[in-house]
Amino acid sequence: MSNPFTIQTQPQAPAAEKIVVRVDGRQVEVPKTMPDPLTGKPVPTTMLQACEAAGVAVPHYCYHPKLPVAGNCRMCLVEYGTPALGPDRKPLLNPDGSPRIAKAPRPAIACATPLSPEMEIYTKTPAVKQMREAVLEFLLINHPLDCPICDQAGECKLQEYSVEHGLSNSRFVEQKVHKPKRVDLGPRIVLDDERCILCTRCIRFTRDIVGDDALGIVNRGSYNTLTAYPGRPFDNNYTLNTVDLCPVGALTSKDFRFQMRVWFLKETKSLCTSCATGCNIIAGSREEKVYRYEPRQNDAVNSTWMCDYGRLNYKWINREDRLSEIRGPNQQAISWEAAGKEISSRLKAAKPGSAAIVASARQTNEELYLVATLGRHLHALMDSVPRVKEGDGLLLSADRNPNWNGARLTGVAAHPPGSNLPKIADGIRSGAITSLIVIGEDVTRCGIGPELLDKLELLVVSDILPNETTKRAHYLLPGCAHLEKRGTFTNGKGRLQKFTKAISPKGYARAEQEYLTDLLFSLIGRRDYATIEGLFNKMAADVPAFKGLTWAAIGDAGVNVPI
Amino acid sequence: MPKEYRQILKYADEPGYTPDIECYLRHGGYQVLKKALALQNGTLPDGKPASGPERLRNEVMISGLRGRGGAGFSCGLKWSFVDRKSGKPIYLICNADESEPGTFKDRQIIYKDPHQLIEGMAIACYANDVHLAFIYIRGEFIEGARLLNQALKEARQKNFLGRNILGSGYDLDIHVHRGAGAYICGEETGLIESLEGKRAYPRIKPPYFPAVLGLYMCPTIVNNVETLCAVKHVIDMGGAEYARLGTPKNTGTRIVSISGHVKRPGYYEIETGKATLRDLIFDPAFGGGLREGRKLKAVIPGGSSAKVFKAGERFRIKMRSPDGRESEQEIDMLDLPYDFDCIIAAGSMSGSAAIIVMDDSTDIVAALANISDFYAHESCGQCTPCREGSLWMAKALRRLVAGQGRPEDADYLARIADNIPGGRTICAFGEGCSWPVQSFIAKFKEEFVARGAAADTGRKGEKTQAA
Repeated sequence: MSNPFTIQTQPQAPAAEKIVVRVDGRQVEVPKTMPDPLTGKPVPTTMLQACEAAGVAVPHYCYHPKLPVAGNCRMCLVEYGTPALGPDRKPLLNPDGSPRIAKAPRPAIACATPLSPEMEIYTKTPAVKQMREAVLEFLLINHPLDCPICDQAGECKLQEYSVEHGLSNSRFVEQKVHKPKRVDLGPRIVLDDERCILCTRCIRFTRDIVGDDALGIVNRGSYNTLTAYPGRPFDNNYTLNTVDLCPVGALTSKDFRFQMRVWFLKETKSLCTSCATGCNIIAGSREEKVYRYEPRQNDAVNSTWMCDYGRLNYKWINREDRLSEIRGPNQQAISWEAAGKEISSRLKAAKPGSAAIVASARQTNEELYLVATLGRHLHALMDSVPRVKEGDGLLLSADRNPNWNGARLTGVAAHPPGSNLPKIADGIRSGAITSLIVIGEDVTRCGIGPELLDKLELLVVSDILPNETTKRAHYLLPGCAHLEKRGTFTNGKGRLQKFTKAISPKGYARAEQEYLTDLLFSLIGRRDYATIEGLFNKMAADVPAFKGLTWAAIGDAGVNVPI
Repeated sequence: MPKEYRQILKYADEPGYTPDIECYLRHGGYQVLKKALALQNGTLPDGKPASGPERLRNEVMISGLRGRGGAGFSCGLKWSFVDRKSGKPIYLICNADESEPGTFKDRQIIYKDPHQLIEGMAIACYANDVHLAFIYIRGEFIEGARLLNQALKEARQKNFLGRNILGSGYDLDIHVHRGAGAYICGEETGLIESLEGKRAYPRIKPPYFPAVLGLYMCPTIVNNVETLCAVKHVIDMGGAEYARLGTPKNTGTRIVSISGHVKRPGYYEIETGKATLRDLIFDPAFGGGLREGRKLKAVIPGGSSAKVFKAGERFRIKMRSPDGRESEQEIDMLDLPYDFDCIIAAGSMSGSAAIIVMDDSTDIVAALANISDFYAHESCGQCTPCREGSLWMAKALRRLVAGQGRPEDADYLARIADNIPGGRTICAFGEGCSWPVQSFIAKFKEEFVARGAAADTGRKGEKTQAA
């Protein structure tokens, strides 16, 4: 994670020793060891990892690249061969000098079996196909086959592997084992024990990654039943990751239950905005409504996880009272041109230094850069609003602003954080500050009360939801949620990451960078870019921390910048 | 005439022999431990220098002692896999979980001669640089656990255990840990998990070979009760001398548990391979033959997990004649020498040396249903084929017994059973639950088909004609 422009974490050893094996006849070279997902220590590379490197998909349920190996589903069984040794323990050779490979009498699970030199892995033999059919048949005999009412349909590994590797008919004519259904496991999770295939991914994640030994299995044999610790709700801040992990519909999210079929969802790469970690997400939306967030893998930021708090913090996007109309003085509805003209002329008329700007650290790097440019032009006092609560030591950061670093690096945020806010309040009180621009914050909650706002000659407010500050705005400009625009954030560790637009802005709302660009153009008379890409590249040229970056180079995993 | 060769059970059934240490000492107890502790550094047969413990391990290796718990794996070889370079403590666990149906040999040692086990364990521990050992005893042996704890207390009092045993400088203590009624706790890694306080889910191998990553992820040896007692006798007489007992590659003695339809069910200790199945079932010195008017139908040679033999089956296997020459012969099942390798060559196994005899009064379908119920009940549930398959087969057999079978159920069951063993499961329970089904159906297919055809209803309630 110290290498700024890499996307994946590399194995620890600088030049890891390689091993050559064959997968389905094709030679592949892989490192001899890979970092263990839990400890980071080098462990022997497995057959499954070699197959992945060779581009061969091996079906599996209990294996997960970020969890310790369990080896219980038996779906990844493959056949393999190793060099045959003669009675003198020397390798037997073929006529052409290559080592003779003897097929092992028993199959092995690819997820847990380490490679050995010259090993050959066979994933497409009739025996392997039959073993997969057998495992699927076994999994389905007690499965309730709830697909029509199961949330997992469309992203269910049991469905997918059944189609790809399974039989179409079942021979089972006995009575199925019945287990608890619709178990209220905790405040956010519903458990269906009949659907559970007992892969133990949820148990391993909760115990080993989160450190909360909350889940386990009771009863024996076919009656194995997943349960939370008796009497204790399953309620840590990471429970919804088990829903992602669960290959079937056993663990489902109460929030998403019966809300939308997954094949209707448009999947947009974005970021969570609930704290400075900036977990990478995929936002699932349909027809301008957001239905869920899921974590997206980024080994430099959030691995494959996100916290429950951030995951569920999307409903405000769909709120009925989203600001959607531009309002001028006396709450009159006006157009963007009119608002822009009036604001710009009033700012031109104001004395230098008589304006102040409070711009949220929830705005994007680009927007904050434009704010800083505006602020310098107006000789304005600027600041952002700090938002500090308790972090949980895992993904949830104590800093609840997604872009404090962006606010700081562009020059909007003061140091110490929030120290300019009382100065702005004093300035308004004394009459030195007569114009205030507020973007994305309710300043009545950070020391600039309604009586001060009422003293201003010009109050321009941009926001997405109504509050005490928007009520008093002379000009109210509706802005965008991050899913309604494009841009970048700089997370708490200095990772600059971009997000993409999923849904349209509400009503007349526009991305903040658009009207800020117009405003600056009308004040300064220069517009050096037409698109977000161009804006980013200009920002990179002006902000020292972003030097050398281009929009194109950010990629899906972001880049590190010096903070 | 074959007869018993009582080595381990030499004194256990003598009148007046009691489990206390005084009785054990009167019969020469703990002398072999003294001998083992006193063994100085020396050389191995190949001239390499060796410490006392290494020399002891070598004796066990050349004795050819094979595990008596069911797998029959070379004890010396198992000990040689132990990782002695990791710096971690090495543990030894006595597997006293005796749960294989048909087996009742270890309990004889535990209940009647516990000190022999303790002495054998102490020698094995000294040979392997173990200072903390455990006896995992099945929960149902309540009195056995009490007897063992009492014996351990006596041994500690006389400094056969504890610090500086008999002034040798060697420390060892042994603790008894009681199980709670699960067959899978007899699986070595299931046992280790249970000993650690967790659910007895066996571990995947690789990487969790007990010799490297066992109890508390330290190198661990797991040996059966009888094996550890045999270690005492190996050291007592010397490995080469021990290897002369029994037959080549199948050395020493085995305690055979004979149950079922014989006149004299019980336990009998024999030299491995020196008695045949016929001897053990029919000879008056052992099983004493079938009940009046009965004919032999089936024999399970090695505990319920072993594949069944049908009466009259013949096998073509390599046999070694008394003068040592190997030749292939066709013999009746009953003439199989009762050792490890001949029974394996005949397609089954001697397992825990438990012979279950079934005569012609046996309802074979019900017998298999009973066996399958055991495995369905005992499956730990960790891996897919065994968890789902074991109960599936039990349900199908219950259905057959209850008169709701179908003629095709024989093939149905066989194909389910074929999908479980052969490396598809985490542990050998997969073989254990499927081999009975595979072998019973293969060898007694007509009975299963007939039972299915004679069912009251066929498919989904429609009536079928009786076959």
